Amino acid sequence: MKQLMYDPLNIVICGIGGQGNVLAAELVASAMNDLEYRVAEGETYGAAQRGGSVMSHVRVSADTDLGVLIPAGEAHFIIGFEPLETLRIARRYANPETKIIYDPRPVYPQSVLRGRTVYPDLDDLKAEIASLCSKAIEVPAADIALECGDSRAANIALLGAFSCLEGAPLNTKELEETIAQRFKGAVLALNQKVFAMGCEAAKR
Amino acid sequence: MDWTLTTNAPGKTVLMQGNEAIVRGAVESGIHFAASYPGSPSSQILGMLGKIAKERNFYAQWATNEICAFQACLGTSFAGARSICIVKQNGLLCIGDALFCAAQHGIKGGVVVVTSDDPSAHSSTNEFDSRHMALSASIPMLEPTDMQEAKDMVPYAFEISERTKQVVIIRLTTRVCHGRGSVALGPLPEVQRKLDVVDEWDRMVCVSFRHQVMLDTLEAVRDLFEESPYNHYTGPEHPEKLIVAGGTGCLYTKEALHLLGDPADVGLLQLGTIWPLPEKMLLEKLRTAKSVLAVEEVDPFLEDAILKLAGREHLDLQVFGRNEGTINRVNELDPDHVLPAVSAFTGLPMPPRQKTSDVPLLTRDLNFCAGCPHRATFFVLKQAMRREKVPGVVVGDIGCYYMAGSEAGQYGWQVNNCMGSGINVAEGLGQLSAYGMDQPVVTMCGDSTFFHTVLPGLCNASYHNSNMLLIVLDNSATAMTGFQPHPGTGLTAMGDEVKPMSIRAICEAMNCTVEEADPFEIEETTDLLSGLMKRPGLKVLIMKQPCATLMAKSRTEKVTVWVDQDKCLGDGCGCDRFCSRVWGCPGNSWDFKAGKAVIDPVSCVGCGVCAKLCPQGAIQVKKEARV
Repeated sequence: MKQLMYDPLNIVICGIGGQGNVLAAELVASAMNDLEYRVAEGETYGAAQRGGSVMSHVRVSADTDLGVLIPAGEAHFIIGFEPLETLRIARRYANPETKIIYDPRPVYPQSVLRGRTVYPDLDDLKAEIASLCSKAIEVPAADIALECGDSRAANIALLGAFSCLEGAPLNTKELEETIAQRFKGAVLALNQKVFAMGCEAAKR
Repeated sequence: MDWTLTTNAPGKTVLMQGNEAIVRGAVESGIHFAASYPGSPSSQILGMLGKIAKERNFYAQWATNEICAFQACLGTSFAGARSICIVKQNGLLCIGDALFCAAQHGIKGGVVVVTSDDPSAHSSTNEFDSRHMALSASIPMLEPTDMQEAKDMVPYAFEISERTKQVVIIRLTTRVCHGRGSVALGPLPEVQRKLDVVDEWDRMVCVSFRHQVMLDTLEAVRDLFEESPYNHYTGPEHPEKLIVAGGTGCLYTKEALHLLGDPADVGLLQLGTIWPLPEKMLLEKLRTAKSVLAVEEVDPFLEDAILKLAGREHLDLQVFGRNEGTINRVNELDPDHVLPAVSAFTGLPMPPRQKTSDVPLLTRDLNFCAGCPHRATFFVLKQAMRREKVPGVVVGDIGCYYMAGSEAGQYGWQVNNCMGSGINVAEGLGQLSAYGMDQPVVTMCGDSTFFHTVLPGLCNASYHNSNMLLIVLDNSATAMTGFQPHPGTGLTAMGDEVKPMSIRAICEAMNCTVEEADPFEIEETTDLLSGLMKRPGLKVLIMKQPCATLMAKSRTEKVTVWVDQDKCLGDGCGCDRFCSRVWGCPGNSWDFKAGKAVIDPVSCVGCGVCAKLCPQGAIQVKKEARV
């Protein structure tokens, strides 16, 4: 068992209901379980209907059983599907050592589309996210997935990027193996392509 | 992952959801029978049991409602079978009468009820604390801390149930149901337990002289719970400061104590046996304590029990908790509420945190999925209502269409009580037309809710010819909880095909006037609805259009929807951005730079309804065969 950079190591995955957040968290959690760490994972999917904010917490330890929720300020990694949601989570869970991977593509809340509110300035969002952590990397995950033919694969692009981060508990090879075990046929081929492109985007 | 549920690999550690852990626990217990009606957060349990039932040689059923499910379990118990009934908090209230009677008549084969509370009401209309049911019904209750205990408590609950001839409830909360954790598997039984032959003189009857027996049973269970492996104490032998925690509160408290520097003078008593409480064990620690903090989900159940014990035993004790105010009184526990509470209780300072902006961020309201037929139904209903001189009254019910009460459904209904209530509330209103109320009365229910609790109400409303319209939102699924079958679908939990029941035929047999419509045919359906509202007596309108998620899964062709940027006139159109502002489907977005409508290709499922509604005909739909 590799020594974790932090113990417990805490990851928050955040986005909007229907984006594949829960699957991404489950892939990371089960890969860590297979490596014989103690794992706890919490999913908030009351807002599983499209449109609500959702987040998953993944927690890993060499030997301690943990609650499924991460205390405020204790996330080591944040994976975000959307900039406003990433900022919401960064404000609550980030600390000066946190690393963030996120898709900068805004998804407008209904109140914005209906003309009741205005979406925050994207540059302001990005600047505030960057100010709350040690490193914030933008990965155009939804664009990558759409380009490869299925927008639902955005979660895999983000995981590809995550595996390339320094200190990530799973390296690219380990996560690739998890994906190869989980998917089959054309879906696997698509996910492998998306994963590699996510990884490339993070390195750039 | 089915193999983790049925593989006989004792000692192997796997990652399991709390709901999966219950399934595994049931399989390790060698159950004969399982029944449930779907309700979040525990909906997945019976779905998984149904899939493995044939392999493990037991019976699993998606029952029409919770009462059917629980009473069927009682039936199998009479022949010595082990049965498990899974309900959510509201379902537990549904089976109240049956539960109280069962507690008094007792059982033969083990009966375990798994109930899931939903603190913060993530997927519910209200918060509820099931522990009150255990207390008032005199039924033993267990509550796991994590996924391992969730699994292990199932065989333990069966053992207690059979030893004491009493139903046992396991209380879960959302974070246990939907959380995942490492679980070490136990052995699977090699031979199936034998059923009993029911003797001519066997009885299982609720009669008042059993009251004392029931109370004696509870005391016998209390003695067993004093020795239970699910209550743990850590800390000094005679603590002055004591934290008593149940369920998720245990792990949050442990972590809070760790973040506060692991104080040596604070004791932590984790209780897995919630009712009846192991009083001797509790009192042993309370006698030396000067202050106690209770950390628990939803209501101050333990806090009140400790106050009662302190009063009875004349203890000089300060009691803190959710009622006293150290912990949030409403909404679920989480580390960010428990840590400050433990900090305040112990007097240890909070760990430092980086400062963040307190400028509020936009929140996201819930919305119907892209392509959801309910969006069309509530648009049609609003259009029809606008044609009336006086607006009608709309009564809601429980299902995905609960969201229609908000902007997502044009603020479509005004009253909502509980599941199956719409028909009865509307029936009452509909009887007022003879007394001066001349507004149309409309209510609704989903197809699964129709079978669950609407049937008796419809019988009543039709027999008494109330002036009202029931809209059955028939999307061919129990969509909200994950597409479980119901009597209208022709499928069972174990995957068998059976003869489906026709909602139309049932309504007609109840002497109702019945019409059917497609909510996606906006104009035609608005006319039909408008006409029905004007007709006296009881009417039923069945809106037929499958759930968008089901439709997207089963569709064979590839559909692309886009906005012709030359045809869309933007804000100059006069439509007030109908597609994104009024229709409000997540697939309809707006390009704020260009000032024109766009389709969000990530969300759009290609139902094409918005194309019919765009006044400029700017929204284009292309269908092609899937490669």
